[in-house]
Amino acid sequence: MQYERFTENIGRKTIAILEEFGKVTNLAWETIRDIFRGKINMKLTLEQMVKIGTESLPLAIVTAVFVGMVFALQIASKFIQFGAGKYVGGVMSVGMARELGPAVTGIAIAARVAAAIAAELGTMRVKEQIDALSAMGASPIRYLVIPRFIAAALMLPLLTILADILGFVGGYIVAAYISKINPVQYMETAQNMLELWDVYGGLLKTVIFGMIISVIACYKGLSAKGGAKGVGEATTSSVVTSLIALFIANYFLSILFFK
Amino acid sequence: MIKLKNLTKYFEKLKVLENITFDIRDGESLAIIGPSGCGKSTLLKLLIRLEEPTSGTVVMDGRDIRRLSEDGLIDLRKKVGMIFQSSALFDSMNVFENVAFGLREHAKLSEREISKVVKEKLIMVELEGTQKLMPAELSGGMQKRVSIARALAFDPQIILYDEPTTGLDPITSVTIENLMIKLSRELKVTSIIVTHVLQTIYRVAGRIVMLHEGKFIETGTPDQTKKTTDPIVKKFITGGL
Repeated sequence: MQYERFTENIGRKTIAILEEFGKVTNLAWETIRDIFRGKINMKLTLEQMVKIGTESLPLAIVTAVFVGMVFALQIASKFIQFGAGKYVGGVMSVGMARELGPAVTGIAIAARVAAAIAAELGTMRVKEQIDALSAMGASPIRYLVIPRFIAAALMLPLLTILADILGFVGGYIVAAYISKINPVQYMETAQNMLELWDVYGGLLKTVIFGMIISVIACYKGLSAKGGAKGVGEATTSSVVTSLIALFIANYFLSILFFK
Repeated sequence: MIKLKNLTKYFEKLKVLENITFDIRDGESLAIIGPSGCGKSTLLKLLIRLEEPTSGTVVMDGRDIRRLSEDGLIDLRKKVGMIFQSSALFDSMNVFENVAFGLREHAKLSEREISKVVKEKLIMVELEGTQKLMPAELSGGMQKRVSIARALAFDPQIILYDEPTTGLDPITSVTIENLMIKLSRELKVTSIIVTHVLQTIYRVAGRIVMLHEGKFIETGTPDQTKKTTDPIVKKFITGGL
């Protein structure tokens, strides 16, 4: 009896997750379809770009610099041990461009922006403002989702460029001044090992991260229910779901782009 | 004329409306009464397809609203103004932008023309001069009046009121009711009012129906309703006394 209930619960949860996945995919499809139909409100999109950029900038900068510094610190000690200290710059540049820059920026955006989007849209939902939009013949997708979708997809790569550079510079400072690695060798190996595709591939990943994060956050906000408690749940859930989706997508995109 | 045809709505297993067939006449003020949570607001949302029915349909001006295209639905919604229980003003916009929202979305008007329409609607609800205020700076009654001005922006033929006076003080409630009566008389709009506030029902409605367990009980005019012998309606309007 207990076993039956257990399997029934698993089945029910699986169906709920698949149902949710279907709804998010549907929202993504409707959003992309409307973008191609030209239903883009430029003013709102620019407003969202400024908002997403300024909201995430400090977090992205601080995280990128310190991740770059700690990464350099860890690899430098081992590389020096094996006489490969000069390669720290190369590994740093490739690591930042392919993985650390995109991931760190994606996490910063998921934490900061997904929460803000879900809270804002969730509040609008429970205060009937989304219904009011629809009642006036305005599409919530066109008015709310598309600007956030485009803004996140465009701002994430821009922030990642900054994160790549700052993380690399942070690594340089640690490598040169703490681990005493020759700064010229650091720069030389970076130049030799880093390929343009490493940077492009990393940036392309963040475009997709931006789309994923914004669609999940918009979906969670638009489907919030039950007042302040519902908004809180939507906000938490949007961050958790965005992060999980981001890590899974990152793995498969890395295989696709870099393997 | 609005025709509800076998309108049924379920939320999963919860029955909200069951097989309702009913006509709403042009220009009348119909009040739909019933206890909280009985599905009155859902019914209003079904009228402009903010909710989809489980079965049955709504026919407005001879058109089945379930078969409307995206553009057809926008046209329908322009003819219907909805006042929400929470007023539902956009927090990030001031009064002017709230009232101008629909016009900016759909009407091909210049900013000067939009300003003129907004001013006209705000005068109608006696709130001229509040254009630059944010919703958070307004009282509950003022928010409600701004939401009425917003709903009037397109000169709708039908106004849907969802609990227009619930939660307001008696004086503000009377102000809103007077405004509803004025709009009904001067603009000849069809008003559908969902409420459980008896004072509002008796002052504003021309005809009353009660929603009970998913079905309509027609009770007639306010005077006929007060004298009803139907035990369910009687219990509702007397508070069970």
